[in-house]
Amino acid sequence: MMTNLAAGRAADRIMDMAADTAAEAQEMLAITDLKTHFFTQKGVVPAVDGVSIRIPEKQVMGIVGESGCGKSVTAMSILQLVSRPGRIVGGSIMLDGEELVGKSVKEMRNIRGNKVSVIFQEPMTSLNPVYTVGRQVSEAITVHRQVGKQEARQQVVEMFKAVGIPEAERRFNSFPHQLSGGLRQRVMIAMAMVCQPKLMIADEPTTALDVTIEAQILHLMRRLEEKSNTSIMLITHNMGVVAEICDFVYVMYAGKVMEQAPVFELFDHTKHPYTKGLLNSIPKPTEEKQRLYNIKGMVPNLLRLPKGCRFSPRCEYAMPECREREPELYDCGKNHKVRCFLYQKDQGGGADE
Amino acid sequence: MQNSDILILNDQNLPPDLGLPPAEDIDAELLDNETMGDRIKTMLRKNKLAAASFVVIVLMCLAAAFAPFLTPYEPNKTSLKDRLAPPSREHILGCDELGRDHFTRLLYGTRVSVMIGLFPTSVAMIIGTVLGLFAGFYGGKIDFVIMRLADVVLAFPSLLLAMVVSYTLKGGIISIFLALAAVKWARTARVIRAQTLSMKEKEFVEAARSLGVKKSTIMFRHILPNCLPNLIVLLTLNIPESILDEASLSFLGIGAQPPSTSWGLMVFRCKPFLFEYPWLAIAPGVAILVFVLAFNFLGDGVRDALDPYLKD
Amino acid sequence: MNNTLNHDGAKVLAAAENVVKEFKLSGNIRRGQMVVHAVTDVSLNIYEGETLAMVGESGCGKSTMGRLILRLLEPTAGTVRFEGRDLAELGEEELRHLRKKMQIIFQDPYASLNPRMTVAQIIAEPLNTHQIYGSQKETEARVKELMKKVGIRPEFTNRYPHQFSGGQRQRIGIARALALNPKLIVCDEPVSALDVSIQAQILNLLHDLQKEMGLTYLFISHDLSVVRYISDRICVMFLGKICEVGPTEEIFRAPKHPYTRFLLEAVPKPNPHLRKEQKAFLTGEMPSPVKPPAGCRFHTRCPLAVQRCSQEVPVLRNIEGRQVACHLVTA
Repeated sequence: MMTNLAAGRAADRIMDMAADTAAEAQEMLAITDLKTHFFTQKGVVPAVDGVSIRIPEKQVMGIVGESGCGKSVTAMSILQLVSRPGRIVGGSIMLDGEELVGKSVKEMRNIRGNKVSVIFQEPMTSLNPVYTVGRQVSEAITVHRQVGKQEARQQVVEMFKAVGIPEAERRFNSFPHQLSGGLRQRVMIAMAMVCQPKLMIADEPTTALDVTIEAQILHLMRRLEEKSNTSIMLITHNMGVVAEICDFVYVMYAGKVMEQAPVFELFDHTKHPYTKGLLNSIPKPTEEKQRLYNIKGMVPNLLRLPKGCRFSPRCEYAMPECREREPELYDCGKNHKVRCFLYQKDQGGGADE
Repeated sequence: MQNSDILILNDQNLPPDLGLPPAEDIDAELLDNETMGDRIKTMLRKNKLAAASFVVIVLMCLAAAFAPFLTPYEPNKTSLKDRLAPPSREHILGCDELGRDHFTRLLYGTRVSVMIGLFPTSVAMIIGTVLGLFAGFYGGKIDFVIMRLADVVLAFPSLLLAMVVSYTLKGGIISIFLALAAVKWARTARVIRAQTLSMKEKEFVEAARSLGVKKSTIMFRHILPNCLPNLIVLLTLNIPESILDEASLSFLGIGAQPPSTSWGLMVFRCKPFLFEYPWLAIAPGVAILVFVLAFNFLGDGVRDALDPYLKD
Repeated sequence: MNNTLNHDGAKVLAAAENVVKEFKLSGNIRRGQMVVHAVTDVSLNIYEGETLAMVGESGCGKSTMGRLILRLLEPTAGTVRFEGRDLAELGEEELRHLRKKMQIIFQDPYASLNPRMTVAQIIAEPLNTHQIYGSQKETEARVKELMKKVGIRPEFTNRYPHQFSGGQRQRIGIARALALNPKLIVCDEPVSALDVSIQAQILNLLHDLQKEMGLTYLFISHDLSVVRYISDRICVMFLGKICEVGPTEEIFRAPKHPYTRFLLEAVPKPNPHLRKEQKAFLTGEMPSPVKPPAGCRFHTRCPLAVQRCSQEVPVLRNIEGRQVACHLVTA
């Protein structure tokens, strides 16, 4: 029985791998079984624990999850910016066919800002307050390209116009503190896009912004993605933002991907209890002052992960099996995969409830 | 210890969400009740230099306290036959120009020096803390007056000011106490004022106000405890500084008055014999050096141990 | 604004009358003294037992309004009343006693609890300050009762705030606010620093407590989905002035003020089918509160603005059961 099961699983894995290699051709980013652990004095924290993520060309790919789910560490791993006590302990990160894990500091410097760029939540802390924004964005060009000062300036002004900064010529000479939060985030996006990277990682890009500005920035990102060849990896905790601009979504929990699906599929046929819980926790206009649904308990301590499925202690559908062993990502068809025993039977088929 | 984890993970160049649940998100049951004392204990266990410094300081203080039991000699008893005797089995550090046992005098000098290190510093810091708290909390005119006063004190060469105070009070240990206290409160006041200003804006202070807590309670119960790490660091900086200042004052002849002695005075008095009988000046000099270094190392360690709080 | 009852017959608990709050920025040699107009001429009633939500973007003055109502800030001009009494006329001691009836819950559960006090000390502080109980034992019992009420294990009394998660800390903050059985609680973005699943737990808690204790909430938030869930009425602010006040559902169904309309439109909805390719965007940035635009403060960003909007300040008028401050909206 056991051997049968194992053999079956191995076969699946081989099939998966075959499918992967076929798909790899047009993939901008392929993360396979990435493991980034933090070696603290209290023990090993598996912040990212076997995550596989694929981003095709020209897509906005969303990673959602609560704080501590490993979404930001995944991003830092791509940039090879995980610092002590953290370390990538396994897996591979292929950016446009190039392996990033194990690259030297110098090689990575050439890749960061050039092939892959990043924007953070708080634009004020990412910009140096003593230089003009124009100079900082120009620097992003001159570091990677052989261009003169004037040419760089021209490119920057054009980029400023493209990201909708009014009076781009004049803003070139502004200091970060002279700009509003929305404009600063536009500058960050300009800086991230100016070298036409293959991939832009946006880590909670709108969380610190007001809603009306958030809408502008999301719209801008969508437009840039359509116009350029850049794929976007959007990290957020906000399901609304995901629904607004993502094409494909990964839901992470405690260092693992729990569910992955195209955005419409995910919202229309939510499968994993955790994803369902997340969506149900958002107050909806229909429920008039009734109690809100909430996921009980809190995110587990990564030092003492529960046995079996990581979500099982908080899951209302948990079965004895869930507390025994960890579920795999089961394929439910339509590009929809779920890490939950409830969908084990659907595996491989196009079954849909 | 989870605090060191936070310390590392708070690293400036990393985004706040590192996937590691902030220690806060770890189940409360798993955490021990770690107080500031615990943090310092853990630090001492890990930081060997700080631990050694701590031991040295304790030993020196004990030696000063139990001086009569550690030596068979009287500190002020002269013996002409032992005048400027070199180190020997009877006199480990030899004898000074009046034939007094040098080691004994060093022990008794420790009493004065350590007291100079502790008392004026404590007085100065209490004054400075209270003034700093008031200046920061009330602002406006109170702040202006206190801070300009502090500026004046800080703008004056502190040693000169201490000399003036010391001379007006006709010398002696007590006058040194007062002189040092008069010049040392200003720095504490500045640091505590700055800390109070930042604490005043914290939401927990606003929460206390909204609860109707009295101003004095807010100052001493909410703001003061949060200045503690700063105070501890200031203390470990101020104590050795006072000892050095006393040494300087004694060296200039206005510190401890003979026949009582202090490390600084011993260096001063043994100066004429520096080339022929170098051990006489070197011994108290080394004592000063070791004590001051020990305090600096300990201060560094304590500051590191309490840093996560400072970062808050 | 003299009516003390609303149409349901509820009494006015707290009221702001033509309140103005200006902050002076430290002088600058070139530009001279600068003044931030945080709140300008705002009148507002908070009725007993209701949840009034203050919404708006950063810098609109909603948090300042909350602190003015509690008199944690003194208004530059205008009157704030609580149960009919003008707070400016109260002496320091009287005000301290009145604070028993009004409390605040903060956004940041990390900054709002003193890191050097234990949970028991934090929750007992209001009780000790106002000497509610004669003995330490009674106080302790009340602290444990409060902890149970907000969902924290009472065994944790001797723990420090940093040993709790964000959601639990927010519960401690709520317990502290509840300790004196207040009438009004100002909730200043109480859930925006929390994860979604924890957010729902806290909202439920606030909702249950309101029912159980008959609390009145002034709920300050920028998150419209949360506001829609929890509030009875909404007050929309823009740059220190009220745009629109009215019952929550009506405003969500048919916003009248152009700013309210854009604000509601801008919220990203958790449903990809509602994704609109060409959303109506508010263009431009927030004007500076140091130099607010003349006339209607929204006119520089308002696509419907006419000449009158840049000249004449619109007053808050009663239109179909709500109040709107816009020249273009008519009954």
